[in-house]
Order: sequence, then C-alpha cells, then structure tokens
Amino acid sequence: MSEQQFEEPPRAPTGGDYAPSVAERLALYQRAGGFVTPLVTAIIAFFIGGLVVLASGSNPLSTYRAIFNGTGLNWFFPWISSADRTLAALNLQQTLLLTTPLILCGLAVAFAFRCGMFNIGGQGQYAVGSIMAVWVASAFVGMNGPLHIVLTIVVASVCGALWAGIAGLLKATVGAHEVISTIMLNWIAYWIGSWVFALGGPLQSHANGGSVPVSHDIQPNTHLHVFWGNPVLQGLHIGFFVAIAALVVYWITLNRTTLGYQVRAVGFNPEAARYGGMSVARNYVVAMAIAGGFAGLAGAIDVLGWEFRLNVNDIQVSQIGFIAIAVALLGRNTAVGVFFSALLFGALLNGTSTRHLDPSVFRPDLAGNLTLIIQGLVVLFVGADVLVLWLWSQRRKLRLARADANTAVTS
Amino acid sequence: MSAAPVLELRGITKRFPGIVANDHVDFDLLPGETHALLGENGAGKSTLMNVLYGLYHPDEGEIVVKGERLSLGSPSDAIEHGIGMVHQHFMLIPVMTVAENVVLASEPTHGKAFLDMGAAIARVEELSRRFGLTVDPRARVESITVGQQQRVEILKALYRGADILILDEPTAVLTPQEATDLFGILRSLTEQGKSVIFISHKLHEVLEIADRISVLRRGKLVETRQREGATEESLARAMVGRDVLLRVDKKPAEPGETLLAVEDLQVLDDRGLEAVRGVSFEVRAGEIVGIAGVDGNGQTQLIDAIAGLTHVESGRVLLGGRDLTGKSAKEALDAGLGHIPEDRQRRGLVLEFSLAENLVLHDYDKEPVSRLGWLRPGVLIRRAGGLLKAFDVRGGGPATRAGALSGGNQQKVVLAREIERNPSVLIAAQPTRGLDVGAIEFVHRRLVEERDEGRGILLVSLELDEILSLSDRIFVIYEGRLVAEYGPDVTEEELGIAMTGGRSKEAA
Repeated sequence: MSEQQFEEPPRAPTGGDYAPSVAERLALYQRAGGFVTPLVTAIIAFFIGGLVVLASGSNPLSTYRAIFNGTGLNWFFPWISSADRTLAALNLQQTLLLTTPLILCGLAVAFAFRCGMFNIGGQGQYAVGSIMAVWVASAFVGMNGPLHIVLTIVVASVCGALWAGIAGLLKATVGAHEVISTIMLNWIAYWIGSWVFALGGPLQSHANGGSVPVSHDIQPNTHLHVFWGNPVLQGLHIGFFVAIAALVVYWITLNRTTLGYQVRAVGFNPEAARYGGMSVARNYVVAMAIAGGFAGLAGAIDVLGWEFRLNVNDIQVSQIGFIAIAVALLGRNTAVGVFFSALLFGALLNGTSTRHLDPSVFRPDLAGNLTLIIQGLVVLFVGADVLVLWLWSQRRKLRLARADANTAVTS
Repeated sequence: MSAAPVLELRGITKRFPGIVANDHVDFDLLPGETHALLGENGAGKSTLMNVLYGLYHPDEGEIVVKGERLSLGSPSDAIEHGIGMVHQHFMLIPVMTVAENVVLASEPTHGKAFLDMGAAIARVEELSRRFGLTVDPRARVESITVGQQQRVEILKALYRGADILILDEPTAVLTPQEATDLFGILRSLTEQGKSVIFISHKLHEVLEIADRISVLRRGKLVETRQREGATEESLARAMVGRDVLLRVDKKPAEPGETLLAVEDLQVLDDRGLEAVRGVSFEVRAGEIVGIAGVDGNGQTQLIDAIAGLTHVESGRVLLGGRDLTGKSAKEALDAGLGHIPEDRQRRGLVLEFSLAENLVLHDYDKEPVSRLGWLRPGVLIRRAGGLLKAFDVRGGGPATRAGALSGGNQQKVVLAREIERNPSVLIAAQPTRGLDVGAIEFVHRRLVEERDEGRGILLVSLELDEILSLSDRIFVIYEGRLVAEYGPDVTEEELGIAMTGGRSKEAA
C-alpha cells in the first residue's frame, strides 16, 4: 500500500491509467485554485454559444453586444449618454433582481457541495420558501410591517431548511443518495405548489370570483423597500443586500466557525472527520438544512421583493434552482465566485429576455435558448477540465513518440 | 556475468512540476541476475520503473532492451519486449481461477472463438513446475493466500514471455516464511536465465537476494555495487546520505499501573464476519505493547473498537478505569486516547486542509482553539507554528496544505497532534508505513520517549523489525485471536510461525 502512494507526486492525469469518477472530478474542480479555470470555462462556453448564433445566421458579435446592452451592465461605462444611462439603469435593476435569488440558491448548492453533497434540490427548496412566504405574508392582516417581513423570511427559510433536511436525514440514516432524494423532493414541491394555488386549492385567492389559479396578494406593508428605481417599474429592492449579506454569512460560517470546520472536514474526507470525533451523519443533516435555508430565503426575498403573489405557472416555469447549480459550479463554491457567476447568469437571463433584446439583432426566443446552451456548456466543461488535461498529455506523448521515431530512423 | 546486459537505462531523466524524479539515471541488468533497486520514498524508484514499464515517457535518456533502442508508449509495449511487472497491489480478478487470471487478455483458443481452458491449465502447470511456483491452476484467486496470489502475478508475467521481471516491494505483503519461499522462486528464475529487478527498502532482504545493488537518492543514482562487502549500515548511509541509527536505543521498560484494559472483545468487520474473537490484554503506563500479525487478521477492527470507531459486539474496553465500550470516538479521545491511524492519508489527515487545521482535528471545538463555536485563526496559527517546529516538520508552514507534504512530514504532523493532546494511551497503527529510513528513526525515537514519559503505547504493525525493536511485550494476532505472548527477546522466526497460526495449532 505504502510505497507507490507516497513515492510519486500526485498521480495527476499524466499517466494513461487515471480514470476519476464524476465525484472526484467535481472535487478536483472544486479544489483547483485561481480564477483561471472558471474564466476559461465561461469564455469557451460563450465562444461555442457564438458559433451557434453564427449557425443560425446572425452576427455573434453584434448579438453579444445587444445582449450585453440588455443586461444594463453598460451603466458602469462612464461614456454613455444620459438617455442610455437611464435605460441601462432600468436594465441593470432587472439583472440584479435576477442575480439576487441566483446568489442565494447558488449558496444552497455550494454549501452542500462543501459538505460533499450534490444538492439538486435548490428548486424545490426555493419553491417551498416562496409558497410559505406568500402564505405568511398574505395572512396576519394588520401586523407591524417590518415584523411581518422578518416573520415571513424566518418561516420561509426554516421551511426550506426542513425540506432539504429531509434529504440530509435520509442520507444520514439510511444512506439514500441526496441526488435522488432532492430530485424527488423537487417534484413533491412542484406539485404541492401546483395544487395549493390551483382552482379550489387551499391557498387560492377568491378575488376575481376565484377563476384564476393564483394566491392572495401579500400585505402591502410587507413589500421590501425599493432603493433604486421606481417601485411601480419593479425597481431593485433591499433583498439584494440580503443576498450580499448571505455571501458574507456563508464565508464566515465555513471559515470561521467550528460548524463550518466540521462541514469542510466531512466534505473533504468523511473518514478523517469520523476519526477526528465528528458525527458525519449529523453534519450531513445540518449542512443540507443550511443549504435549504439559503434557498428558502431566496423564495421569500423574491415574493416580498417583486412577485407579491404566486400563480401555478410561477411555480411550474421557475428554473432558478437549476441555474443555481451552474452558478455554484462555475463559482467553485466560494463566496466571491458565487457572486460573480450569479451576476453572469442573472445578466444572461435578463439580456436575452424578450423585453431587453432588440429583435432586429437576434430573436429573443432564440436568445433564451442561447442562455440555456451557455448554461449547459458551463456544467459540461466543469467536468471536462480533466479531459482537456488528458488530451493535452496525449498530444504531448504523441509528439514525443514521433520525435523518437524520427531520431531512430536517422541514427 | 560477463554477458551483454539484457536491459540498459541510459541517462534517464524524468521531471514533474517542481521536482526532478529521475536525474540522468544509468541502470543495467545482466541476464540471470537479481539487481536490487534501493532508495527512500521519493528517491525515484517507482518513477524509474514506471518509465521502464511504459507508464511514463522519460524527458531524456534511452531504454535499450536486448540491444534494441525502444520507445515504450504503454505497458503493452513493455510486455511485448519481455518486461513483466509485479505490482505491490495485485491486479487479479478474485472470482476467476488462477489459470483464467494468468491467460487473461491472451487466452489460448480453439478455432479463434472458444476458450481452450485445458491448454491454459496445462501451460500454467508447466510454468509452475519449471520455476517452482506452486499454485493450483483451478483454484479461485479469492480462495488462495496472498503469497500464492503473488505467484499468480509472476506466472502472468512469465506466461506473456517476460525475461525481465520487476518486483515492486514484493515482500511488503508477505509473512517471513512466504518471503523465504519467494526468494527461492527468484533464485530458480535467475538460474534459468530470467533477470529480476527487486525494489525494496528493506536492507536485510536486499543483502539476502541481490547480486548487485543500486541505490537512488533524490532522483540520482548514488552507487551500483556488488552485494559482496555491502552492509546494512553502508547501504543505509548511501540511501539517506548520513549515518543512521538502525537500532532503537531504549532502556528496559518500567511499567506502572494499567491504563488500557481490553476484555474478551468481539468485533465484526464490514461484512458482518467475526474479525476480533475474544481478545483480552492490558497496556500499562511506561510500556510499549506490540501486536504482530499478517495484515487482515483483525488488527484494524481491534484498533477501531478501542477508538470508538466501530461497534463492539461484546466484551469491554477500559481506559484508565473508565468504561469506553460502545462510546463514541469523541468520548474515547476525551478520555485520553491518542490514535496514530493506520492510513494517514485516508484517515489521519484532511489533505485539503492546512496544517494548522489538521492539527486541531480533535480539538477544534475546545478552548482555546475555538470559543462559543467560533474558530480563532490566530490561536490555530500560533499553535501550529510551535508544533511544526517542535516536531521538525519540513516542507511547509501552518497555512500549507497537508497534501503538499511528504509522507514522513505528514506522519510527523499526525504524531504532533496526537502527542500534543497528552494522551495516557497512544495507539500507533503502522506508524512508519511508507516512511523512509530517516523518518522511521524519528518516529521510533519519539515513541520510546513517550513511553518513558509514562504513556502506555499500543503498537500494531506488520513490520516485524519494528515490533521487535520497539516492544516491551509482544502479542501475535491470528484470525482475530491473540495466539501468543512473548517478551522483547523473541526471535523473528518464532513470531513468524505464530503469525501463520503455527503456534495456535500446537496449543490446540
């Protein structure tokens, strides 16, 4: 056992006998240092996306420029005209509105990752959070506004945590794989949401004669304060700062608390954690619950910030929790990484939306697919860096072999 | 021995990021000789053999086999040129028979479609007879002993026409008797013209079997010499580059009160089979109790049961009078147990954690390392700085990743952590596995010092040398039972017989 393992430098994929499992590759990606890998991943994804645009008969450069302008990120450029700036501000507010839940759900995926679990259930945890938020915020008429908001956020987060905690508990007790159980919990949340707001459902609003499958509106005093832009035009609410604060909480929890120490130890090496005296099972439950708490919080923030009510369709078409997987992977499960990749995906979603993309440059319905393509490529490339390294070493081997063959012929 | 070499490695250089694993190494192998390759961990032995076996391509240098310059792209190239390798970890399929394993990938067939098992068995039998490799070709690999499995690996290489056999640490998994048998086989192979490269870090074995000895140190060839005139001391000096104390200096033990008592312990393994069957012993303050045995005789489960890492079926574990039976790992640690685990990379360390983080693996939730659930990074770093210095850990500071250290330094980190907690009983499971001579010396000296401090030390090791040179009392574990107890003056032969169950049969 001993000799070979310690004699060599780590058996990086230079040898031909290296076949890492998916989990190992994800772990490797998670640990690979620096900004370079995610940056290259994103660039390659955008490049291939550009080829798709080209194949569909449009100019990739002008398409990307139009998408970029649609994101409102040009607001940061000092040289644009004031009219452009006004428009850019509106666009940027929408981008950041999308970035907010992506940060929170990205943290939900990332936190579980740091404990060695793949949380596919961000979507379900987000849905549970939003359903509970709508329920609590639309009830308790006459309650003090700020208190009502805090109550809503707490209930939604706790319920998201409990929802995810089920998957953690199943893993800890009977060893059920969290990928399977979180996917199943997603569907349960999906159908609960579809039922409670459906015609005749328990949380359906009876306004409009009860003919629309939609919830009650939340109480007006529970709306989150809009600090940038016009509240009527869906300006940016203070939930954005909640997401930023969550990033800080995430970092501090992982790096500065004994809880985070345990979570990371279990994530890196459960056997060593057990030997160190930790309860691996308990950490699975706790980490999953915290992850679900982030996603539940995202649901509450969206409801209180700009949705104000939910209908069956809202529950069914939402993809936030799935995009969050790409956010966490691209952000390498770090706080800073999650922020930037959430911004990237928020911008993409918004920039390619029907509202913001100039149809004469590129058709928005195609552009939405472009977002999906780029998102898919990112997830794909996350697993592909090992492949790239391997191809590189093969090419090198081939070249060396050829050089040898040449010298053998000449000598 | 004046014949032309069957194999020459000329000026082999292989670089990995940050290190030169082989630096212009010259090596040759004559027909019919056993050439030992000796070196510490990280000296470049495995790299050199992987180059020869086609797993790595050298950055410089050439490989000449039987006068022909080769560029080996893969192990199959190497096999084609008559090079066979017996890895430390056998690459056999347990559910298949010996003959099936041997002929795998080049099976004899009837009419290119049907397996000719009769021919396979005949061929295997012929090879075993010729070279004295006794093994039943019809037996399933999972049902034969480790020593026999190794013979199957050798047969596999011979079946594919190997004239050059590379054996990587072949005795690491064998009992002393099996090792003696292996040497007999190697002699019969070389008498019939095969050549053997024998990789090892056990000096006495090399002196016993090799015709010539090459020593590698830090990627460079230090010397190639005839066996005649070589001594353990001279080889150790060549390996390490300085004089090494091969024997541990220690006073006789002065045992005090009983610290650890194990009473009639029964433990099951992962598959629910009885692994420890009624083991009782005591460890007293100021003594080192050694448990010798062939791998897989219940040592792992015994240690895990004492450390609270596995379920105890029946029996009791008492530490300083406290009953730890059925208690958690945390309770065992808090009761004063230190545990240097068998596998430092899988269990002893979180390789991705910094050294500072690894050093608090047990105490992360205690003052002063943390307070009210908050880690105190300043305390972590200061504490690590002191410990790394006290235990002479080289190759990194408190913020260095544990995975970046060499095996010896990693083990020093584990040792530092366990001793720092001031345990009354210290379990040392294979504490020097995979370490080089210098690091072994350090660990051994430290264990004796801790004994003299009044701790009770339970040493579990597969290395008889280690057991013999450190222990004050020695138990032999065989099939989950302690079958014999000896004083420190027992001979390796006596232990070897007990380890294979000889003694228990006598007793029965």
